[in-house]
Amino acid sequence: MTDSVISEQYNYKVVRQFAIMTIIWGIVGMTVGVIIAAQLAWPVLNFDLPWFSFGRLRPLHTNAVIFAFGGSALFATSYYVVQRTCYASLFSPKLATFTFWGWQAIILSAIVTLPLGYTSSKEYAELEWPIDILIALVWVSYAVVFFGTIVKRQVKHIYVANWFYGGFIITVAVLHIFNSMALPVGALKSYSMYSGVQDAMIQWWYGHNAVGFFLTAGFLGIMYYFIPKQANRPVYSYRLSVVHFWAISFTYIWAGAHHLHYTALPDWTQSLGMVMSLILLAPSWGGMINGIMTLSGSWEKLRTDPILKFLIVSVSFYGMSTFEGPMMAIKTVNALSHYTDWTIGHVHSGALGWVAFISIGAMYYLIPRLFNREIYSTSLIETHFWVSTIGVVLYITAMWISGIMQGLMWRAINDDGTLTYSFIESVQATHPFYVIRLLGGIFFLTGMVIMAYNLAKTIAGAEPAVADVPVPATH
Amino acid sequence: MSDFFSSFWTFYIALGSLGGIAWLIYLLLANSKTKAPKNGEVVKSTGHAWDGIEELNNPLPFWWVAMFYITIVFGLVYLVLYPGIGTAKGVLGWTSAKEHSDEVREATSKYEPLYQKYSSMPIPELAKNEKANQTGGRLFATYCTICHGSDGRGAKGFPNIADNDWLYGGSADQIETTILNGRHGSMPEWKAVIGEKGVKDVASYVLSMSSREAPADEVAAGQKIFSTNCVGCHQADGKGMYALGAPNLTDNIWLYGASRGIIEKSIANGRAGIMPAHKKLLGEAKVHILAAYVYSLSRHQ
Repeated sequence: MTDSVISEQYNYKVVRQFAIMTIIWGIVGMTVGVIIAAQLAWPVLNFDLPWFSFGRLRPLHTNAVIFAFGGSALFATSYYVVQRTCYASLFSPKLATFTFWGWQAIILSAIVTLPLGYTSSKEYAELEWPIDILIALVWVSYAVVFFGTIVKRQVKHIYVANWFYGGFIITVAVLHIFNSMALPVGALKSYSMYSGVQDAMIQWWYGHNAVGFFLTAGFLGIMYYFIPKQANRPVYSYRLSVVHFWAISFTYIWAGAHHLHYTALPDWTQSLGMVMSLILLAPSWGGMINGIMTLSGSWEKLRTDPILKFLIVSVSFYGMSTFEGPMMAIKTVNALSHYTDWTIGHVHSGALGWVAFISIGAMYYLIPRLFNREIYSTSLIETHFWVSTIGVVLYITAMWISGIMQGLMWRAINDDGTLTYSFIESVQATHPFYVIRLLGGIFFLTGMVIMAYNLAKTIAGAEPAVADVPVPATH
Repeated sequence: MSDFFSSFWTFYIALGSLGGIAWLIYLLLANSKTKAPKNGEVVKSTGHAWDGIEELNNPLPFWWVAMFYITIVFGLVYLVLYPGIGTAKGVLGWTSAKEHSDEVREATSKYEPLYQKYSSMPIPELAKNEKANQTGGRLFATYCTICHGSDGRGAKGFPNIADNDWLYGGSADQIETTILNGRHGSMPEWKAVIGEKGVKDVASYVLSMSSREAPADEVAAGQKIFSTNCVGCHQADGKGMYALGAPNLTDNIWLYGASRGIIEKSIANGRAGIMPAHKKLLGEAKVHILAAYVYSLSRHQ
């Protein structure tokens, strides 16, 4: 389909920059994760240093893995995919360059301010107001570059991956701006514009949609390009992609209230949060079906292609955690699971199993192509796959067991109506699972280091790839 | 309902939630027209291609559509039964506040008799009752250990209640009163009144009271200040008084720490120790059992 060539080249530079930072931030963010997992198992590792304590490092971990690692993966892949599927180079390369350096500046300021204790105290939105403003500027620029490129496209129809990227970009802008509204009272101190239960509801409207749009819709965009490309198969069902895109976009927005079951949140809001979370099951599984069924007819590739293993196992984890999520949103289940490690296990089956796996698969596909090289070692990808799979399984099973154990211990009652266990007994019982979780984290981090080595060997001494924008065969 | 200041919001919520669910149903219906190809035929692509990727026109999987409808039906039924659409109460009349008060009532009627039967027994006798002590120990583990430790030996700022040194008295009645009504210990701040030198001198005198070394001139100066400012609570002999919770300064048992620095800090800046009241939280019958358990801690050594 590449018969004639127009005098333009794809902008791979910014894609390369974000792709490489994906690997680096992945290792940084997961290293901090391993440190705080060790601190939970052995509190002495806080060393009585305020900046090194769990409370300061935990938001650094979440910000680094979600926004630095995940964010860089989303920028890299969306810039690549939107160009390739629109047959157009990036709109406003200067603005694209600004998004790269702006995003790195945001991450660096997080690395400095969070350990120093500057925080708005909103989960996954801890960064203080000047950094929030920079995020908003970078994000609006991202939207201009992305949608500008869509406008430049040479094909009439917009590919499904771009719907998901587009939905993710617009919604994250809205979520970030409204949740971060605050009154500054100093250079690095502000108070939220909302108070009480309204503040909690806005926070979890943001928080759950950070999961729904940043960590789901955006990564579904990755899935819709990289699985068909790596498997060399057409997408299973166009109809399914239409339904699950719109259904996800509508339903996710309502689900945040399930984070506030059995709190001061009004009953009606809790009910709606639970109902919408349940209805979210089928739309989520629509993405899983389309990803896995795309492989139908060439299942044998799963045996030999470790990149495809990453991609397909990632979609399986997606299906698993989007089944678990609606179940945990049911109020009676939530009464057991809330405030326990089950939540942490659920989050990581999504974060490691789905988000990280699909990003890893996409980077193994992308980075060699950005440098016109073959991968240095396929067997190292295979090793990486198994090491990180063991890591995820250790992590989430440890957290399931300890979470359910905690929930049961906290509600156990003696014949005389007194609690069977004091709180500290449940902490004591959790200790071995914290150690197993740490081990899982170490496995996963080791996999990332193997990946960095493999990719460094792949691109060592390579010239950046250059590709002309072709004219599509079908308009 | 206090959540809303006008009925507009109920319509707004209904439109957003029910309208959205109706939109989901429309989406499903509109996209269910594609049928699976007859036996032997191959599924066609939609005819578009992006960077080599095509899309097949497979129909929505039947089981998936069924699952989607089931969750929608469940959701709508739930919203009929329970409060969900703004001010709509739901036909079951359920509220979380009612559920909570029902559970409390049920638990009270089930367990209160178990506690009531000990209420008439005097605490010294109850402290020897194995069954009551078991319950008391469990109550202690739930409500008291965070401050006083699982063995009752306290922590910095939280008194040891397993020894025989008491701030408010260790008789059965005194212990029960402490738990029921709480205590509010207040050591005033003396820095502004007696000055830094005064703080040092008084600290030296306080140290000397429990036979610890201190410069003689400071002890003498401190004694003077003590006799005008401190005796009101700590008494002339420094042995304190239960009525105000003023600690005995002569026994070398320290609530905040034994070092000179900590003693100086207590004198200079004052202290405020709070034991919360438990009458409302636990009820008198449970406190009675708890008091017996605490009573037993210092007498079973």
